[in-house]
Amino acid sequence: MNFEDEDFELREIQRLEGHTDKVWSVAWKPATGINGVPAVFASCSGDKTVRIWEENSTGSFQCQAVLEETHTRTVRSCAWSPSGKFLATASFDATTAIWENVGVDFECVSTLEGHDNEVKSVSWNNSGSLLATCGRDKSVWIWEVLPGNEFDCVSVLQGHTQDVKMVQWNPSMDTLFSCSYDNTIKVWVENGDSDDWHCIQTLGESNSGHTSTVWSLSFDASGDKMVSCSDDLTIKVWTSKMQEWDQNSPWKHVCTLSGYHDRTIFSVHWSREGIIASGAADDAICLFVENNDNEVEGPSFKLLLKKEKAHEMDVNSVQWNSGDRRLLASASDDGTVKIWELVRLSGQKLL
Amino acid sequence: MVSELINANPVVYEKKERRDRGGRAVLDEYAAEPIDQLEIFDHIRDIKDPEHPYSLEELKVITEDAVDVDDQRSYARVTFTPTVEHCSMATVIGLCLRVKLMRSLPSRYKVDIRVAPGSHATEAAVNKQLNDKERVAAALENPNLVDMVDECLAPSYA
Repeated sequence: MNFEDEDFELREIQRLEGHTDKVWSVAWKPATGINGVPAVFASCSGDKTVRIWEENSTGSFQCQAVLEETHTRTVRSCAWSPSGKFLATASFDATTAIWENVGVDFECVSTLEGHDNEVKSVSWNNSGSLLATCGRDKSVWIWEVLPGNEFDCVSVLQGHTQDVKMVQWNPSMDTLFSCSYDNTIKVWVENGDSDDWHCIQTLGESNSGHTSTVWSLSFDASGDKMVSCSDDLTIKVWTSKMQEWDQNSPWKHVCTLSGYHDRTIFSVHWSREGIIASGAADDAICLFVENNDNEVEGPSFKLLLKKEKAHEMDVNSVQWNSGDRRLLASASDDGTVKIWELVRLSGQKLL
Repeated sequence: MVSELINANPVVYEKKERRDRGGRAVLDEYAAEPIDQLEIFDHIRDIKDPEHPYSLEELKVITEDAVDVDDQRSYARVTFTPTVEHCSMATVIGLCLRVKLMRSLPSRYKVDIRVAPGSHATEAAVNKQLNDKERVAAALENPNLVDMVDECLAPSYA
């Protein structure tokens, strides 16, 4: 898609109320919002619940289910399995719950225990065979998904010196990334088939990394580029020669985007077509695209637009739907989730 | 408290005289009145110290000058000075300040809490923790900490 000569607008489609406390995270269900399948996403909150929202025939979203009475504290994040059959939810109550989606119903089929205290993030690998969790106890856990809704912990990874804010699998191979309050991003791979996972790289200040808490990271569609965001008010883009299928190929800093947010940046998400969205404590959402003007000095990125006052309070999470419309969901301390559509300023839809 | 006090003999200062903020002539009672330094100081001056029967104002942990406010930008910053450099109560005091301001200020406000430069042995660590909203949210789900904060904020003391 060409972003060169057009002006774009992030248009608010809907403001969804229902949660009674800050909304921490949103996650679109895979393969929804495409080929006539209604878009579906989950949101989770300090109100200890998870809400499932579905698009109706007129394109507006309604709450379809409330998942409650399982977590006893804040639900910090949620993630759908690649098939969309399961939803994993990570909670400050030290557990990760696995919910099976049958029709419109969600049943809690498993509860993963092991972390000492708050679980902050959960991520499924591309095939749905592995799950990773992380938390305040500074550890990252890898779970194998077994038949019969059994989850077996195969590795507990120590290495971060402070709480681990987020885990994320690379979309093209089973390499796990974690980011932390210790200001670093760590890259983890398995040694052969030994279930022995170890850290192959730490991206910190000495590799042009972040200088404060790293809150979130996201990959482009190919998995060979990564974006991260931080309390240091910057967004950083990283690249690796992953296309050569070498898991051990190191990640390198490409560029740093600064001066766009003036408070902590909590969330970044890379859309399938290459648009980076960021959400921050300045209540704003920014969109960035790769800048093709300057090929000589390597890849760089430019601001496509900034939506000031996207929410009344901090924006905690931004997530692109990967379907037909350019839909972005955002979650905020103001207790709402908003659905946005990226449109040309002329009002014409992108497709 | 069974354990030894961290600062057994703190210096106690006089409370500042309470100024009446209503001195201005009321021209339009519906006109928005911007939030100022004194208003924010009034919200936090009577918070009780976690280990002494004195207010943060009496211990000079906070002063009016330690409050920065920009109402137009909806921004406030409170800089507090622990009574001793190794005060392990610094994070509790900071949490009390944050909770009180969360309850008192409009939700549009962004608040930073920090210890005064050079006033604490682990200044950077304390500041980082007090301004990490996820840690603050988790702390406020811990019943023991909430009890401690609520005790310091109890209106009966003021």
